[in-house]
Amino acid sequence: MDAESLLLSLELVSGSGQGLSPDRRASLLTSLTLVKRDYRFDRVLFWGRILGLVSDYYIAQGLSEDQLAPRKTLYSLNCMEWSLLPPATEEMVAQTSVVKGRFMGDPSHEYEHTELQKMNEGEEEVVVQIKEETRLVSVIDQIDKAVAVIPRGALFKTPFGPIHVNRTFEGLSLSEAKQLSSYFHFREPVQLKNKTLLEKADLDPSLDFMDSLEHDIPKGSWSIQMEKGNALVVLRSLLWPGLTFFHAPRSKNCGYIYVGTGEKNIDLPFML
Amino acid sequence: MEDLTSPKQEKANQDPGEAGRPWEEITAASSQSPESGLSEPLELEHGLETGPQLRRSPPQSPQSRASTPLDDLTGPGTSSPPSLPQEGSYTPSSPALTRQDLAVPWQSGKTSSVNPEAGTPHFHHLEQSSDKGELTASQTCQSEGTTFQQSLQTKHHLYGPEDVTYNNSKQKELRFNIFEEEDSNSNYDLGHTEPGVSEVAPSMLEIAIQSAKAYLLKTSSKSGLNLYDHLSDVLTKVLDERPENAVDIIESISQDVKMAHFRKKLDTLQNENEMLPTYEIAEKQRALFLQGNLEGADQELEDEIAENALPNVMESAFYFEQAGVGLGTDETYRIFLALKQLTDTHPIQRCRFWGKILGVEMNYIVAEVEFREGEDEEDVEEEEVTEERDDADSEADENDEDELPRTFYKTPQAIPKEENRTGANKYVYFVCNEPGRPWVKLPSVTPAQIVTARKIKKFFTGRLDTPIISYPPFPGNESNYLRAQIARISAGTHVSPLGFYQFGEEEGEEEEEVEGRRDSFEENPDFEGIQVIELVESLSNWVHHVQHILSQGRCNWFNPIQKSEEEEEEEDEEKEEEKGEETDYIEQEVGPPLLTPISEDLEIQNIPPWTTRLSSNLIPQYAIAVLRSNLWPGAYAFSNGKKFENFYIGWGHKYSPDNYTPPALPPVYQEYPSGAEITEMDDPTVEEEQAFKAAQEAAVLSAEENEETEDDEEEEDDYDQE
Repeated sequence: MDAESLLLSLELVSGSGQGLSPDRRASLLTSLTLVKRDYRFDRVLFWGRILGLVSDYYIAQGLSEDQLAPRKTLYSLNCMEWSLLPPATEEMVAQTSVVKGRFMGDPSHEYEHTELQKMNEGEEEVVVQIKEETRLVSVIDQIDKAVAVIPRGALFKTPFGPIHVNRTFEGLSLSEAKQLSSYFHFREPVQLKNKTLLEKADLDPSLDFMDSLEHDIPKGSWSIQMEKGNALVVLRSLLWPGLTFFHAPRSKNCGYIYVGTGEKNIDLPFML
Repeated sequence: MEDLTSPKQEKANQDPGEAGRPWEEITAASSQSPESGLSEPLELEHGLETGPQLRRSPPQSPQSRASTPLDDLTGPGTSSPPSLPQEGSYTPSSPALTRQDLAVPWQSGKTSSVNPEAGTPHFHHLEQSSDKGELTASQTCQSEGTTFQQSLQTKHHLYGPEDVTYNNSKQKELRFNIFEEEDSNSNYDLGHTEPGVSEVAPSMLEIAIQSAKAYLLKTSSKSGLNLYDHLSDVLTKVLDERPENAVDIIESISQDVKMAHFRKKLDTLQNENEMLPTYEIAEKQRALFLQGNLEGADQELEDEIAENALPNVMESAFYFEQAGVGLGTDETYRIFLALKQLTDTHPIQRCRFWGKILGVEMNYIVAEVEFREGEDEEDVEEEEVTEERDDADSEADENDEDELPRTFYKTPQAIPKEENRTGANKYVYFVCNEPGRPWVKLPSVTPAQIVTARKIKKFFTGRLDTPIISYPPFPGNESNYLRAQIARISAGTHVSPLGFYQFGEEEGEEEEEVEGRRDSFEENPDFEGIQVIELVESLSNWVHHVQHILSQGRCNWFNPIQKSEEEEEEEDEEKEEEKGEETDYIEQEVGPPLLTPISEDLEIQNIPPWTTRLSSNLIPQYAIAVLRSNLWPGAYAFSNGKKFENFYIGWGHKYSPDNYTPPALPPVYQEYPSGAEITEMDDPTVEEEQAFKAAQEAAVLSAEENEETEDDEEEEDDYDQE
């Protein structure tokens, strides 16, 4: 969610139950403006909170002018002092996929994992140490790639390439807001090329340049609900429980936040 | 002339208004010196732009000159058909003449500060400006116009676009035509001049212009709009609102203008369906707010205050907010009112806001309720405890010979559910989807449901009658599953500070019987509170105050053997013996006693079961202790030393670091004793058959030989026997 409209967004997301306490809110309002200035971001998003056993991580992301360019991620333990995280690489993701369980809450904590590695002499057990920071980076990256959501029309693509915020975006209409196809993954498109020509003919290249949520596997991994009558549409991901996306139809308010343990719900197919 | 401009000021194109004015001037001029106009064009041969530039010069001296080109313009103009009076004026000849002539005098006569250049460069400037498009042309015209008197401005406008049209691009002609046309349409009377001037036949250009304009005015068959009006509306909007980088968003603006046409007409039709649920829920919630007004009597008010079953939800919500948990203030207030409605309509002793369980389609708001003594509502839906007594009893009547093999399968005795107000059914739970909607009572939970609920993991949909399709099959629908999960969560996560509750006076001790276990507690009136710091540091300061649910599915152990011993009289002796054997195996299940400190809770693979936190590190003196369960993510408890509260907000599932695996199917059960009677025999193989046959033949032969030796005389019989 945008740091500019933090309070309103938190109020709208409160249906999921987990939010921020007043002192965290106040600290965020102050520190995020400073972060924006120091790092010269175009927009700062408060990404969410990962619950650890000892303490929680508060995550923020900064965007540059091009909305789909790789974002810089920062974390903090007290909402005041922010540290930059390194960008995620595939190696990191592969390495941390073996780590299971909750986050500790201590960034320097190291998980130990024994691997069998073939050395010259034969197989040996090697104990690999994985830092929690690396795990944090890869989890945030996975969550972003999997379930970060943006409504259709909020961003548009210029012929020069960069993606801009659409200033004339007035919000989705109510009928559009109830359909999953009006929401896109906020990431580089992966499945767009696989569409048939017939489907592509109906797309508007300046608006439909990202994958929609409709074809997510498994089907039904999104819970779409209207709250307050029809005044607010809330999407919750069942694959990464804790991710909540909200949008007030016919208005510009939209955003998402993740408050959870940072673990994927692999049992999803059994639970549907 | 002022009259014309003032209403026109609104329009982006001031040309119409301005064009109107020159007409007046033209008419005036034409009346003045219709004849001098003929000679003067010769002088005005220089630049076409001189026309407008002429306008800029001080009114008097160029006025006469200006009038002449106007005359020239009017001349041909008047000859053209009345509907397009001005177009006729745009014949190439006269402006061409004027162009040359006016250029020089224009330069000298110029007072304008805007374009102090040579006529030709100015002409080019106008060309270029017009090339940029309508907007810029009108903008330059406008900006220039602001520096001039309105009269001059209008004249300039007339000629500015006029210049444009005389360049080769047809577009410019069209634009000019558009500007002029609007004016002419609106100010037809003003623009109409006496056709007293010489006429010039309409040229190819005019025809082209007219046809282009006619095309633009063509009404769309679909929407009833025409491009001409639409473009003028769009430009009007852009010039009114002046957005930045308008060219980038021009398409959206065009779309908005189109949508604006429809807004007023179909507003009620389109939006009604969509807004209906909003209004519905608002109505229902309004009813919540108004319920208090129905009972206005003071006595009742006092009664209410005295017997307050309602908890102070707002106070708890405030504390939970310090922990970062909560539903938002106004939502919580509505829930508060809904709870009040619940307590008003049902005879409730005590009520508590248990929490919120999220579902896929809708969510559940759960209230934990204790009914008043003796006012238990009967369970409408009696759980059908299916005891499938096997057919052994009925078959005993059959003949032994025709008897089907008896199975040894004996349906496991269904464990009866606990009575109301005890164990897992201590409290009654009500749920609703949203505050304002009616509260629905959940049925009591049975041990079978709890046992099965432990083995499955399903999302709630939000509708209570959804069937739960799972393996092992869940005995019930979503309302039962919900109730079972609520029971498990309560048993696992409801904690209170040590000493808040204490056991009641014991009435006789029953050592062996489990039913005598302490399951009642009451508030400790002497509780003095525990320091918040201590609550955070040590988990032994918190205790469970809800009974642990045994693996049997009940809180109080039920021995299935005891009861069935009474029924064994009907059973065969065999089975009695078997049961006798079983009695030895079933051990009494024991769980941690009530009011056990939570430090005794088991860890989950090295993860502590609870996380404690101070709500705020910055102001510790007023902070509260917050407990977060790691076993049931979403379960919270807070305490400020004296007060405490439990809350749940989540999906309703237990945490497990490993994947969920559905239980494997049991092996095929051996129902019948295998024996010669029942077991199918394999067909004999060929070798066996041959061997058997050989053996039989050998036996027959030997029998025959025996017979032959014995009965030699009866050979004939032997033959018969064969």
